[in-house]
Amino acid sequence: MNITWQKVLVPLIAMAVLLLAWEALVWYMGWPKFKMAAPSDLWPAYVRFQELFWIYGWQTLWRTIAGLLLAVVFGTLIGMVMGLSRIMNDALYPILVGFNAIPKATVVPVVALMFVGQHDFNTILIAFLISFFPIAVSVAIGLSTLEPEYRDILRSLGASRFTVFWKIALPKTLPEFFGALKVAVTLAFIGTNLVEIITPHGRGLGHLFQSAQINSDFPLMFAVLIALAVLGIFLYYIVVALERIFAGWAERSPT
Amino acid sequence: MGNLIEIKGVTHAYKTKRGPFPVLRDLDIVIPEGSFCAVVGPSGCGKSTLTRLIAGLMFPDEGEVWLHGERVTSPRKTVGMAFQNPVLLEWRTILQNVILPLEIVAPRMPRREKEARARELLALVGLEGNENKRPSELSGGMRQRASLCRSLVHKPDVLILDEPFGALDAFTREDLWQTMHELRVKEPVTAVLITHDLRESVYLGDQVVVLSGRPATTQYVMDIDLPGPRPLEMIYTPESVERLAVLRKQIQIAQGRAEVEA
Repeated sequence: MNITWQKVLVPLIAMAVLLLAWEALVWYMGWPKFKMAAPSDLWPAYVRFQELFWIYGWQTLWRTIAGLLLAVVFGTLIGMVMGLSRIMNDALYPILVGFNAIPKATVVPVVALMFVGQHDFNTILIAFLISFFPIAVSVAIGLSTLEPEYRDILRSLGASRFTVFWKIALPKTLPEFFGALKVAVTLAFIGTNLVEIITPHGRGLGHLFQSAQINSDFPLMFAVLIALAVLGIFLYYIVVALERIFAGWAERSPT
Repeated sequence: MGNLIEIKGVTHAYKTKRGPFPVLRDLDIVIPEGSFCAVVGPSGCGKSTLTRLIAGLMFPDEGEVWLHGERVTSPRKTVGMAFQNPVLLEWRTILQNVILPLEIVAPRMPRREKEARARELLALVGLEGNENKRPSELSGGMRQRASLCRSLVHKPDVLILDEPFGALDAFTREDLWQTMHELRVKEPVTAVLITHDLRESVYLGDQVVVLSGRPATTQYVMDIDLPGPRPLEMIYTPESVERLAVLRKQIQIAQGRAEVEA
């Protein structure tokens, strides 16, 4: 009972203190709404554009999830190839690192020019490109650091490479995979919003944010930020729930 | 009874960038059916290579490895392995860990039978009641016991033990030595035990083979014709102490110049 209180009440109080401090700061400095928003302005801003929030929020969410799913599929495949073959690892690693080093904001215009008007496709593509790297690397490392004894136990019985992969290597990599997926969720959101803000197509929460910015509508800008945070938290905890189901064994009970 | 494991003139080298790196040279070991062969030798003398050759995970450059009158040319389903690291799968319960080899060797065996066989072995090593725990909930000694069960669950005729007691504390190790003797009564098996511990080799082995320094060859063979299961006190009898002294001397010879420099 005490622990539940601590887990629920303490974060709520911390949040309330933060909001109060923010409100007090804006009130004390006497900032007008075109200069800075106070927390009390956010709800009215949301109510005014409620319909847009839901439509755009859904657009942002599904495209992020689509990009993320692509990242999971391709990231895992690339990680498998790299983790199981030393030669492929040597070949792909520098390319991946180099690709990951390119700021994705510069890729957005390139993609936008290549696939003009394919807004959904572009957004999903960028969300995928920005988020598959940690998944590929973690799967590759998980597979290549498998202790040889694990392999030997099954290989000495004549098990195939696939059996060793399926029974041992894959489940053993799951904790690393989910760790990377948590990072990838956040990155995928960055990708979606980059496209929504940079390219002028008018969809998603990023677009709503940009419209607010053009009008110096601080309450709306902050309301969008908070909506994005809510979506991000929502996806993050979906990953946490999946992790509990598939890799719960890796969690040590506190002793 | 015939010889179950025969290692005939095995020479092996690892290929490195600087050319071949010889680890075994003209090695001969003969292990009769049902007997325990303890292999001792200086660190890094190729003992683990030997286990991989017997398991059919590697093949020697020269010479032959024979199991049951058949030349080893691929991994066999009749081999069990246990290592210093128990390498249990953290996401499986102890029972499911022990079953693992059966999933490869006898995929059609009904689940109930697999579990019954695993439970029988777990009870034999004193792990009754821990079947549904995860490996992380067990102590090091218990994990090693589970690992031994896994190496025996598919009734192998060859058991390869690569320093399975090496990482345990002294008391746990002695417990497991006794467990090993008890297991031999219920689960007859021909075994190769790689070890650094001379007392372990004398207590568990029917024969102790001392390997020379790299490249390793058979330097000395000691037969220990005492019936099992042996009481732990056996380690402290004058005969055993005498045997230990002989083996110690042989190890020093095997270490060669390293000993002179020290």
